[in-house]
Amino acid sequence: MSQDDSVPTREVSQRAFAAEFNDASYTFKESDDDRAPVYALLPTGEKANRVFFVGTLTETDDVGEDNEYWQGRIVDPTGTFFVYAGQYQPEAASALRELEPPAYVSVVGKPRTYETDDGSITVSVRPESITTVDAATRDRWVAETAERTLDRIEAFDDEANEYARMAREQYGDDPSAYAETVASALESLDGEDSVPTDDTADAPADGNPQA
Amino acid sequence: MTELQTHAAEIAAQFSDHIDVETDEIEQRLDQVVSEYKIPIDEARRTVTNSLLDEADIDRDELGRGGAETVLVDEIDQDEQWVDVTVKVVDLWEPRSDSISQVGLVGDESGRIKFVAFETSELDELEEGASYKLGNVVTDEYQGDYSIKLNRTTTITELDEDVEVGDSTTTVDGALVDVQSGSGLIKRCPEEGCTRVLQNGRCSEHGEVDGEFDLRIKAVLDDGHEVQDVIFNREATEELTGIGLEDAKQQAQDALDTSVVADGIRTDILGRYYRVTGPTLGRYVLANEFEQLDSPTDTDAVLTKARSLQ
Repeated sequence: MSQDDSVPTREVSQRAFAAEFNDASYTFKESDDDRAPVYALLPTGEKANRVFFVGTLTETDDVGEDNEYWQGRIVDPTGTFFVYAGQYQPEAASALRELEPPAYVSVVGKPRTYETDDGSITVSVRPESITTVDAATRDRWVAETAERTLDRIEAFDDEANEYARMAREQYGDDPSAYAETVASALESLDGEDSVPTDDTADAPADGNPQA
Repeated sequence: MTELQTHAAEIAAQFSDHIDVETDEIEQRLDQVVSEYKIPIDEARRTVTNSLLDEADIDRDELGRGGAETVLVDEIDQDEQWVDVTVKVVDLWEPRSDSISQVGLVGDESGRIKFVAFETSELDELEEGASYKLGNVVTDEYQGDYSIKLNRTTTITELDEDVEVGDSTTTVDGALVDVQSGSGLIKRCPEEGCTRVLQNGRCSEHGEVDGEFDLRIKAVLDDGHEVQDVIFNREATEELTGIGLEDAKQQAQDALDTSVVADGIRTDILGRYYRVTGPTLGRYVLANEFEQLDSPTDTDAVLTKARSLQ
């Protein structure tokens, strides 16, 4: 897939389970340019400027004060993704306004981090699109994300893997916990057909990661 | 074969139905004008060809298939056309008949095609893996499949450069992560041979025109490693979304806005997995065939691997 150098290459959508994504609190740029893309660093050693995930929308909430600002909780077999959409994401915001949880949804979006008052970093997603999908699409995403995550874990010790080196510095040098996450996600695919309930993750307290 | 010999053979092939002239003699004549008079080769060909026409008293128009058209192998879609191709020998097979000297597959960037050479043509043998310019070959059709036949007039020029052999089609799998602008109900320039998509009623070549409606989708498939742009034409869009051109026009008319069509398409296809097969055109794969992918197949192997990595 070679692309003309004059056309900016579209950033690939990384696949990560919520348990790993929510740990990706370190962000960086690869150039000093103000408009250079911001990447979240996945703990298994990959940069993510965009993510694609499929899960169960369990709750939507307009947490805005003056303007609409929608929060959605989207659950996968390992945890909860938090998505936030406001006036600058009109399509995603209207999807969250109109959707009736629970529902399977696909999300394409950008990782965003913000620091809470107590100094901890919260990771969320600014959606580009949210669409309702079926259970088969969800299952396919779980299987695909399992494979992609294992690919990253396998490449973690490659000398040439600069993002693994960064991950080691930022998060420590053992990604095996995420292999456990993968195993439990795959096990959940077997014979399970009900919509999972929300887990116990807490939404960011002030509900506005972009403030 | 030297360059001159190639040109000489091509000229000889052109005249082969009319006069009895040896390639050697033509080569000598070419050599004379090129070496002694320092005339460029194209001009030399012209000169020699014209003098032969004069000598034989025939019209240029009568010359058979001279200057056969140079084509890519996947452009061959007619029986009995005289063409030139630039190809690599991909595979040589065992001839099943004594009259056949060589049979196999040749290919270029556009794809592959079967070729046959006959004993009676007394041609140099092609080598597997080598690249050639084959001048004056004839196309053949059998039950919808095309092949090329080498013949007595065929010129074989081995090339130094390696011809890249492409697959006629590509297949990509991925999540459909974006439906780009220029999708849905669009208008194209009605000028002859121009199908440019209008921007605000204007064609970048022909200015303000009365456009013709069409339907298409420009989308991005993303498998987590790579992204690939794909295009669904009107037919494929209709099959994918169930929306025909007339429905789309009606929707736009009711809403007084063409963008409702693209919005509806987004809701229908974004975030699903697809497999798309078709030829590559620039950065796009044209969706000739596609299917939505649903449940994963066996995940046991992945699970075993996950456990081993803990």
